[in-house]
This record gives sequence, C-alpha cells and structure tokens, in this order.
Amino acid sequence: MLIDFFLHLKASRLPVSIKEFLTLLEALQQHVIEQSIDDFYVLSRATLVKDETHFDKFDRAFGEYFKGVEALPGMDVLIPEAWLRQAVKRHLSDAERARLEKLGWDKLMETFKQRLAEQKERHSGGNKWIGSGGSSPFGHGGTHPEGIRVGGRSENRSAVKVWEKREYRNLDDSVEIGTRNIKVALRRLRRFARQGAPDELDLEGTITGTARNAGWLDLHMRPERHNAVKVLLFLDIGGSMDDHIRVCEELFSACRSEFKHLEHYYFHNCVYDRLWKDNRRRHSERIATQDVLHKYGNDYKLIFVGDASMSPYELLQPNGCLEYHNAEPGATWLRRLADTWPHAIWLNPESEQSWPYRQSTSLIYHLMGGRMFPLTLDGLERGMRLLSK
Amino acid sequence: MRFSGSDTYVATRDLTLAVNAAITLQRPLLIKGEPGTGKTMLAEEVAASLGLPLFEWHVKSTTKAQQGLYEYDAVSRLRDSQLGEAKVADIGSYIVKGVLWQAFECETPSVVLIDEIDKADIEFPNDLLRELDRMEFFVYETRQQVRARHRPVLFITSNNEKELPDAFLRRCFFHYIRFPDKETMTRIVNVHFPGLKPTLLREALEVFFELREIPGLKKKPSTSELLDWLKLLLAEDIPPEVLRSKDQKSAIPPLHGALLKNEQDVHLFERLIFMARQNR
Ligand SMILES: Nc1ncnc2c1ncn2[C@@H]1O[C@H](COP(=O)(O)OP(=O)(O)OP(=O)(O)O)[C@@H](O)[C@H]1O
Ligand SMILES: [Mg+2]
Repeated sequence: MLIDFFLHLKASRLPVSIKEFLTLLEALQQHVIEQSIDDFYVLSRATLVKDETHFDKFDRAFGEYFKGVEALPGMDVLIPEAWLRQAVKRHLSDAERARLEKLGWDKLMETFKQRLAEQKERHSGGNKWIGSGGSSPFGHGGTHPEGIRVGGRSENRSAVKVWEKREYRNLDDSVEIGTRNIKVALRRLRRFARQGAPDELDLEGTITGTARNAGWLDLHMRPERHNAVKVLLFLDIGGSMDDHIRVCEELFSACRSEFKHLEHYYFHNCVYDRLWKDNRRRHSERIATQDVLHKYGNDYKLIFVGDASMSPYELLQPNGCLEYHNAEPGATWLRRLADTWPHAIWLNPESEQSWPYRQSTSLIYHLMGGRMFPLTLDGLERGMRLLSK
Repeated sequence: MRFSGSDTYVATRDLTLAVNAAITLQRPLLIKGEPGTGKTMLAEEVAASLGLPLFEWHVKSTTKAQQGLYEYDAVSRLRDSQLGEAKVADIGSYIVKGVLWQAFECETPSVVLIDEIDKADIEFPNDLLRELDRMEFFVYETRQQVRARHRPVLFITSNNEKELPDAFLRRCFFHYIRFPDKETMTRIVNVHFPGLKPTLLREALEVFFELREIPGLKKKPSTSELLDWLKLLLAEDIPPEVLRSKDQKSAIPPLHGALLKNEQDVHLFERLIFMARQNR
C-alpha cells in the first residue's frame, strides 16, 4: 500500500531501510495515529529519517509525493482502507453515517474515486475535499474543516503544511560551510584526524586485568586514539573566494592540535613554481614549489581549496599566468603535486552543479581524477572519507 | 499508556506523537535538539505522568556499555582476598548492578533514560544493540541470564557530538526537538511562572529572541537561560517598560548576564549595542 511512498523516498536518495518501513506499517496497524496526514508526516519522519540533516530532503519528497496523490490511480491503493473507514466515522454526523451505511463501503469507494476523477478534470485549485454539496456522503459543502483532504494544489492553500515550510532547510548538510555549521564540520574533521593506531599501554585495563588475575600481571594494550594524520593545505587566495577559503583555513587550524602535522601554503588561481606562506608578504617571501615537493613525505594528505575558476590558458599554457612568467603550465604542476602526494583532494566552494560548465573547473576535476568535493558538510565528509582510505 | 504532555512540561504535538509511537511499539526513542530544549526533562516527565519509575543513566566520555548492565568489582575482591575475608568465595557479592539491570528487574514497567549517548565511545551504542533489542543479557561471572520483566520505555538523548551507527538508528524512533517558537516558548514560560504579567512576558521574549539572532554568538541563550533571567527580572521587580526601549538595538537589557554566560558573547553584544548607539 505505502510501498510507493517508500520507493519514492528511496528514489529521493533518503537512506531509508525496509526494517524502518515495516516499523511504520506496524505503527499504522497499531493505530499510533489516526487519519490525519499531518500526523502521518510526523510518524513517517520519526520512523524513517534518523538524521535532522535529512529532514529537508524528506520534506521535499513528502510534498512531492502527496501533491501527486490525485494523479495516482486508485486512492484505495494508497490509503489503507481501515484508515479511511475511521476517518469517515470520525468526521461524519450520525445522520450522514446512516446514509453512508446504506450506500455501502464499495459504493463509497467508488464515489470517492469518481470525485477524484472529477477534481482532476476540473483542475480547480485550492483545497479539495472529497465530496461537494450536501448530496455527498462525505460531508457538506466540500469544506469540512477536518475532512479528508486529498492532494490539492499549491496555489490558494488555506494552510501551508509543515513540510512545505521547509523549516529544516538550514540543517541540510549540503549547504556551504559557514559560521553556523562550522562546529559540526569541525567534529567531522576531528574524526578524520583521529585515525592511525599504534598501540599504547592500557593502564586501567592492565590494573583491572591484574586484579582479576588475583595479582598476576596481565598486560593490556589498546589502539592509540591520537592523530597520525599529516596534512598539507594549499589555499587559493586573493580572489572572490577569499571568505570561503578563510572559513576553510580556520576550520583546519581549529583542529591543528588533532593533526600530527598541518602545513598550509597559498597560491593564486593555480599552482606554479612558487608558493607563499604569509599572504601579506606574498610578493617578497616566495617558496619554490620544488622545495615543498621534496620537503614532505608521500604520507601527507594534500588538500587544495579553491574555486578552480580561471582562464584555461592559466592551466594549459606556459606563461599563461596573469601575474608572472611561468615556464611550465599549471596543469603540469598540478599533476606533479598529485603524483607526489597520491592522497589528494580538491575542495571547491562553488556549487557542484556549476563545475561541468566551467572549462577550467572540469579540467582540474579530471586532473584530480574526480577527487573534487564541494565545500559543504557533506562534501567535506566525502572528501575526508576518501582521504582516510 | 499514552503521554500527552503535563502541567510542568510543554510537549508539541509531534513530540507526543513520537513518544507514543515509541511506547506503543516498544522501541527506543532517540531525541536530539539544541541544548536546553528539554531532552533530558522529557524522560522525567513521561515517567512522572505515566506513574512509572525512572532509571537514569548519564553517559560520560569514559562510560562503557557494560556498566549499564553490571560491573565486576575485581579490585575489591582482590583486596578482600588479601585480608582473608570470607565473602571472597562468592563472586556474586562483587557484581554491581547497572541501570539497565535495575530496570529489567523492576516489578512494574519503567522508563529508562540514556542521557547524552554521544558522549561515549563510538562503539558504545553498538555494544548495546543486542541487549536493547532483546532486553536481556548474560552475567558471565555468575552464569545467570537476566531478562526484563517488562520492556522499559527507553529514551536516548544525543547532542550530536558523534554520529550514531546505522544499525542502532534503524531500531529507534527519532525526534528532533526544534528550538521553541514564540508561541511554544510562551507556553513553556507559563508553566514555570503561571502568574507572569503578559506584557512582561511579551517584552522579555522579544528581547530574548532578538538576542538569539545575533550572528556569531558562541552560545545562544536557551530555555533555561530565559527562565533564569525571568526569575531575576521578577526578583528585582523590573517593570516591562524598561525592556521596551524605543530603539531596542541600542539599549542593554537589564540583567543580561543571565542570558549571555560566555564572556566573549557579552563583549560582542556590548560592542554591537555600542555601535548601534553611535550610528543613531
Ligand atoms: N518543553 C518544556 N517544558 C517545560 N520546561 C522546559 C521545556 N523545555 C525546556 N524546559 C526547561 O529548560 C530546562 C532545560 O531542559 P533540559 O535539561 O531537559 O534540556 P536538554 O535538552 O537536556 O539540554 P542539554 O542538551 O543541555 O542536556 C528544564 O529544566 C526546564 O526548566
Ligand atoms: Mg540534557
């Protein structure tokens, strides 16, 4: 019955599972809720979605699905019969119910479907309650305040539904990282930093174990929790992206103590033969990229942050750089870096959708072997997951 | 058994619905939400309103899943053995019952709260999967099977410090308590201060919500801070007019230290007010 709904959620890329879907059915069976669609919204969300960052996605999917309802064949397929029966019972006066009983359930369903079909034909906007005029067994005037509402169009709504308000939008983890969600980003980054596991003596375990052993020494070891991760951060600075880059830099510095090493270098647009460490002295204190290449071992993880937007010349031509003469094209340098540090990713503050439309971005995307991620919580997470493999 | 809020706790409709789903289907309810949104209090209130005993387990970073079941106090036993105590022979006297065991052997149905589960190690929830599913466990030292007489109503809260494993999540209902809107907050305040003057409440909420909007606050004031602040306002007998300044943004609300507890936030706030005044 509700399988379609479940599949729709799955198609909307919500991580819903069969087990949870069965729980939802069980809850319906046990009458946790009655007929209200608002309650169904809450119940299905509580059962199927376990992460508030997915609430917004769920709201959209729910809205899409239940907006499409009147177009689906046979409402009875969608709404459990018992549900309807109850709804009808609850909202009708005794007289109406008597009339209904005379009509019989099958007839009722038929009328119901017919009404739906009519509605579709008429294409009338606004709330559409089943039944119109006093002649219908479903109620009077078609606007019973608590009647069964089916579908309805977005224009002219009397009440905006919860899921239409999109109140959880700012919890969605596909929004860019900013001051609001930086803490969460930090936690995810920390998790990344805390890997690698040489053993250390577990003193407490050893004492307990020894006591358990009635005094015979029983050594316990445990994996060390602390950071073995070394990071090289290459930041594109001096352009329109500065704010984003800065957020990212802050993010990494905030967990500096979690990394074994964290080094950052700046470049502008693309990496060539020079980098710099202090942006205020970028013209005086440059460091040869070659030296950096030799300085850090290949166990470093390389993270570029930049919008990868530039003229393709800057990437492909010698002397293509706007600021000074570069003997070798940017692409050569990028390849060299990626070869030296195989664990490399590119974080891009621009929205992922825009990448294919920018020549330089897609060039870099391919140079990086597709390892480019948006600067969102989700992007950060994907990137870090890849780096930790 | 149905929960529908209480005189001392304001539960929105979706929260009560989630609670009742968890009660009816006997599955755990996982609660998340900003600090101070009443996550911990919920379990207490449900227990009180259903008249059930409450067993609370407050999790810390060092808490192990096993401690909720039982602990074997090997150190005491070692000490006793050196002192030649007779009870050493009975290993059972060194088994300390955990919160879950206590709830399992409770004569009546009960409510169990596992508070701030995300504080513990990542493996913590996984280590409890089976026990919470079946509501039973085995005591190796005494070869004893402990089974719940009644499946307790189980509340689990999280502050999002760590992600919880999928297998664990699939077994729970989930509810995210949103920060209360003005209307809900009015109801919450009324619960705590039944006789409060409506004008004072209105002005206070105005100030409170505006303050929460300040970008860059390290710790936004929560419900508890609002309640503390109101208590102070009442104690000092501050009239509502004082809160209603013509130009809200340029006046420091009285006793604002109760709302902003972080020193940096207080500075930030005062600086903003100062700037607003200069631009007047
Ligand atoms: N819905 C509510 N009804 C009545 N009082 C509430 C409500 N929500 C919060 N409060 C008040 O706020 C205080 C804080 O609530 P509680 O400690 O349960 O929050 P919490 O979500 O567990 O916070 P934390 O994340 O900091 O542990 C409560 O003691 C109570 O006074
Ligand atoms: Mg709490």
